[in-house]
Amino acid sequence: MIEVRLFATLRQGREKIIMLESETVSTVGDILRKLDIPTEEVSILLVNGFHKKTETPVQDGDIVALFPPVGGG
Amino acid sequence: MANAYYEKIARINLTTGEIKVEKLDLDLARKFIGGRGLGTKMLYDEGVATVDPLSPENKLIYITGPMTGAAAPSTGRYMVVTKSPLTGMIACSNSGGIWGAKLKYAGWDAIIVEGQAPEWTYISIDDDKIELLDAREYLGMLSEATDVTLKEKHGSDASVLNIGPAGEKQVLMAAIMNDKDRAAGRSGVGAVMGSKKLKAIVVKCSRKTLDVIADEEALKEATKKALTVLRENPVTSSGLRQLGTAILVNIVNNVGSLPTKNWQESYYEQAEDISGETLAEKYLVKAGACHRCPIACARVIDVNGRVTGGPEYEPLWAYGANCGNNDLNIIDECNMLCNEYGLDAISVPCTIAAAMELYQRGAIKEEDCAGVPLEWGSTKALVEWTKRIGNPETELDWLMSSGSARLCEHYGMPEVSMSVKKQEMPAYDARGIQGIGITYATSNRGGCHVRGYMISPEVLGLPQQLDRTVPDDKAAWAKTFQDLTAVIDSMGHCLFTSFAMGAQEYTDLLNAATGTHYTAEEVLEIGDRIYNIERMFNKAAGMKPEDDRLPKRLLQEPIVNGPSKGMVSQLPLTLPQYYEARGWVDAFPTDETLKKLGLDECIGK
Repeated sequence: MIEVRLFATLRQGREKIIMLESETVSTVGDILRKLDIPTEEVSILLVNGFHKKTETPVQDGDIVALFPPVGGG
Repeated sequence: MANAYYEKIARINLTTGEIKVEKLDLDLARKFIGGRGLGTKMLYDEGVATVDPLSPENKLIYITGPMTGAAAPSTGRYMVVTKSPLTGMIACSNSGGIWGAKLKYAGWDAIIVEGQAPEWTYISIDDDKIELLDAREYLGMLSEATDVTLKEKHGSDASVLNIGPAGEKQVLMAAIMNDKDRAAGRSGVGAVMGSKKLKAIVVKCSRKTLDVIADEEALKEATKKALTVLRENPVTSSGLRQLGTAILVNIVNNVGSLPTKNWQESYYEQAEDISGETLAEKYLVKAGACHRCPIACARVIDVNGRVTGGPEYEPLWAYGANCGNNDLNIIDECNMLCNEYGLDAISVPCTIAAAMELYQRGAIKEEDCAGVPLEWGSTKALVEWTKRIGNPETELDWLMSSGSARLCEHYGMPEVSMSVKKQEMPAYDARGIQGIGITYATSNRGGCHVRGYMISPEVLGLPQQLDRTVPDDKAAWAKTFQDLTAVIDSMGHCLFTSFAMGAQEYTDLLNAATGTHYTAEEVLEIGDRIYNIERMFNKAAGMKPEDDRLPKRLLQEPIVNGPSKGMVSQLPLTLPQYYEARGWVDAFPTDETLKKLGLDECIGK
């Protein structure tokens, strides 16, 4: 399974955490398409805590965290 | 010719009651812009670097920037510049709201407060008229009540700056509050105000705008461009308004850099409970904004039925993960207590976290705690110890109120204090995010994130994504961020505009308002000059090269859990690179660097 964590506005109309069968997606981009999240809405994209891109492959056991554009201090 | 300064400074001597009006040195203002830069240069020239920070000899400079109050984005800022009683070095604490803009509209670029009042006093400023008034009846009053009471007396159009009980008692982590919940929070500036027996400064003004702009048309044009940049950037247009800085809890936790239980861990399983998302869902009433700010990052929340200012990311972390507490309502309450007592909502909870580790290690005993043991996650301890720090009575109260460095030193465990230059570090683990460690170690005011916010490129991907795990190029990035930040602080803009705006936008605004013709490069050089004058103040105050450091834990104890497990700070590698970029040797500028920056008066000092 792949654990997808959604944050901030990406949660609107979606669950906070979504578990996906690893066979159904091969990249982070696939996850976005599957969850119907437009790429431009995602600013920070983490796989297991490290910044990655949409083409990054994902595998069983990965944690993918997605954030919209945000700032703070 | 109009130049965005009123060219007027009030010098108020509380010992004698004398009030003098001095002319702003315009050449100096051009060289250091205003606010943080000019204030530091003025303090340096006043020769107070060697004095006891809590003695009448120390001076307090309340200073605006040329843009403060101007018709441009996020210009509600003023700064308090003084010698810090917490660090013994330069303090420059920056606050929003509207107080700073009103001080400027009243016709003052800055006020210098010196001496010590014979009895508790407050200052009333009404345009040109400045009076010293009796504050004895307000003694012991909490901050919001002081604000309300003084407004009742002086009129609802007045803006009030004050200290709470913590400042009165010269607690080393005391803040200066203004407009109820805005704070010049760090480095104990409130204690300096208390040492002068100055309870409050009330400002009224007849002007509603800054009417000394050099080129109104050019400023309109530069503002229009800046507003477009802010509007087109999703962070400044909607991100900060929707979730405030609190959004960072989940992000920083997910990169395994949310210090937990006094930095013993770096990933907090219960982070969701104390996150910006949960705050918005459970307690948010609305977003709040400072004067002329389109960003509106502030949180207005409901704390047990009272509508008040809500916590930023920092107290959410510090009272939350860092103390092992996932009760968000308690964090809201403690944040409110910090505002009411007038306390730094970073240093206070971090000191409680350090005390909890001392308790865990057996250094502080249960019998020392007067019925409230310092156990991890104890909500009772968080509330009670915040109150005790804000109004100390027992020996341990006083020790706690002097900050984590002095507390841990007392118990023979200095390494438990997660501070730099005796000021507590904020909410980003410098082992998991390499560049922010350079900012912490070299910040002239001690542990601080807003002196060069490397989280922007290393975590948020602004203006571009850097790999947080490596030290490469971070020294040069940190220097540039520090220099630009010094410029923004000195102009009187809010730093948050820099999530969208770059050096060119600030340069255009500055030139339009003040009538200068600087290039962006020249403006960044002013930032460099400001960073160096701060450093020279610290040198005069007795700073040593070894003060540019990080706690041993960050260098020698790898992160134990979460995504950044195994990482340590690589500061020993990056610090020499940073000094080279700055033109410093052993933590201080060379004569050549001082000459290049036009700081000839500091050569040989």
